[in-house]
Amino acid sequence: MLMELIYDTYTVFWREMILLRKKFRSFFAGSMVSPLLYLLSFGWGLGRNIQIDGTSYLNFVVPGIVALSAMNGSYSAAGTSLSVSRLYHKTLEEFLTAPISVLSLVLGNVSSGCFRGLFSSSLIILFSYFFGANLHLSGWFFVSLLLTCFLFAALGLVAAMVVNSHEGMSRFSTFVILPMTFLCGTFFKVENYPAAVATLVKILPLTHCSISLRAIAMRAEFPLVSLLILAAYAAVLFALGMWVTARVE
Amino acid sequence: MKRQGVVTVQRQGVFYLIEISGLCKQYKEVRAVDNLNLTVKAGEIFGLLGPNGAGKTTVIRILTTLARPTGGKVLINGRKISRGNAVIKREIGVVSQRENLDIKLTARENMELHGRLFKLPPGERRARTKELLDFVNLSERAATAVEHFSGGMKRRLMIARALMHEPRLLFLDEPTVGLDPQVRRKIWDLIRSLNNRGITVLLTTHYIEEAELLCHRVGIMNRGRLIALGTPTELKQKVGKVVVEIPNNRVTGYNDETKYLVFENRGEALRYASGLQDNLVIRESNLEDVFVELTGHKVGD
Ligand SMILES: Nc1ncnc2c1ncn2[C@@H]1O[C@H](COP(=O)(O)OP(=O)(O)O)[C@@H](O)[C@H]1O
Ligand SMILES: [Mg+2]
Repeated sequence: MLMELIYDTYTVFWREMILLRKKFRSFFAGSMVSPLLYLLSFGWGLGRNIQIDGTSYLNFVVPGIVALSAMNGSYSAAGTSLSVSRLYHKTLEEFLTAPISVLSLVLGNVSSGCFRGLFSSSLIILFSYFFGANLHLSGWFFVSLLLTCFLFAALGLVAAMVVNSHEGMSRFSTFVILPMTFLCGTFFKVENYPAAVATLVKILPLTHCSISLRAIAMRAEFPLVSLLILAAYAAVLFALGMWVTARVE
Repeated sequence: MKRQGVVTVQRQGVFYLIEISGLCKQYKEVRAVDNLNLTVKAGEIFGLLGPNGAGKTTVIRILTTLARPTGGKVLINGRKISRGNAVIKREIGVVSQRENLDIKLTARENMELHGRLFKLPPGERRARTKELLDFVNLSERAATAVEHFSGGMKRRLMIARALMHEPRLLFLDEPTVGLDPQVRRKIWDLIRSLNNRGITVLLTTHYIEEAELLCHRVGIMNRGRLIALGTPTELKQKVGKVVVEIPNNRVTGYNDETKYLVFENRGEALRYASGLQDNLVIRESNLEDVFVELTGHKVGD
């Protein structure tokens, strides 16, 4: 059972990696553009002389940008790849008619989305050093990053399985992903909002990705609650992913 | 992984590989499949013939777990099908109507992916890939990305891929649609040779010829319903053996439609024809005539 699950998950992952290898250059270049722009504009342009919580704005904003690119990277990796293969090339049929479990199919897709999200967010961490950021990278930082990538890859999978067109897919990211980009404490503290708004924003998962990564990177208090919320999101979205995949036509 | 413990259902001396009873599929407005009852015997080439929109693809999609029925029951090899039933899935090969290859992957990589999905060991995977690409004449293009393939090449690769895990039941949804006549004949030969190796084939088509020349038994579908079932010969005998076709009736002058008359034998047909002044064609009846008789319009309409 377990061996079969691992083998089948790897098969799904393997195909994604072959595809990634074939378009690696454009993937690599593509995943650098927006993080670099964020680092340039917010790290250097806006935040050069700003201090926040007794540290430079750069140190404050980099964990937020890491969370943001983890979200974008894994959501679009899983979402785009699956929606194209379901709606356009129909290659999802090959997986649905194969003798593999829904669990392996979902796990394989989520883990390859995760992998790409981790890859692009690692690039940012690397770059941020050249920009002069000083982050504390511990095991818990990595755990938060992994949870972030996992939950947004699962969200991408759910979106890809329920939309009925490419327009549907981009509508989903306009209404779900884009608002989080600006609202969820990437560039400023959520506490700056009026209390009511802050409460609302704290429902959104990206908020807790930024809070966790930032708290760990800045050696602040351990973000236990946020990590638990992330884990809950990851579990619920993964289960939802299984449910929609078992029913998708 | 070798298949194990597969029992074939036997009733009255016939092996039924597929048993469909009361099958329905309702989409929002359309009833794509309407109370379908059908059995397919082990070893035969069974054809579902019908115009576009008849529900053929929907039947195949249900049989391969890509769509879920809204009613009825399907057994393959005596077992209920479901997306999670790996035992049945190992038994069947699917060639969809629409191309569903990974176009960025090469022919060999597509085959390898399929081999991995069906858990063939690496050695067997390589051997089967080589053998099958030979079989469908694609060996020289093994390392080419599928996006550079012609329609016929893609179709052949899809068939090769479906055979990778040695299925005993093959679903072919419109296997020759959009292909030119020579390629179509090659694919027919391919299907016959697979059947000679013992593979049961369920195919769909809207080509009269394909059903007539290739299939042992044919089910005619229209608007989700099965309206006739039998061997091509049996079906044709139901309407009569000889057809007199009078194109563009010049006597009446107004009628643009071809008139068909069906007779039991040549003598009767000739007797009728000899009394006419019009251009006419006397020919044996075909499955098109059966369809026209049953529905009042042609398969192509
Ligand atoms: N996913 C779907 N949603 C809504 N209607 C569908 C869907 N798939 C097929 N149909 C409808 O079901 C009917 C049968 O279609 P199909 O099985 O593709 O026929 P065929 O393969 O014989 O051409 C058609 O009227 C078609 O429009
Ligand atoms: Mg069809």
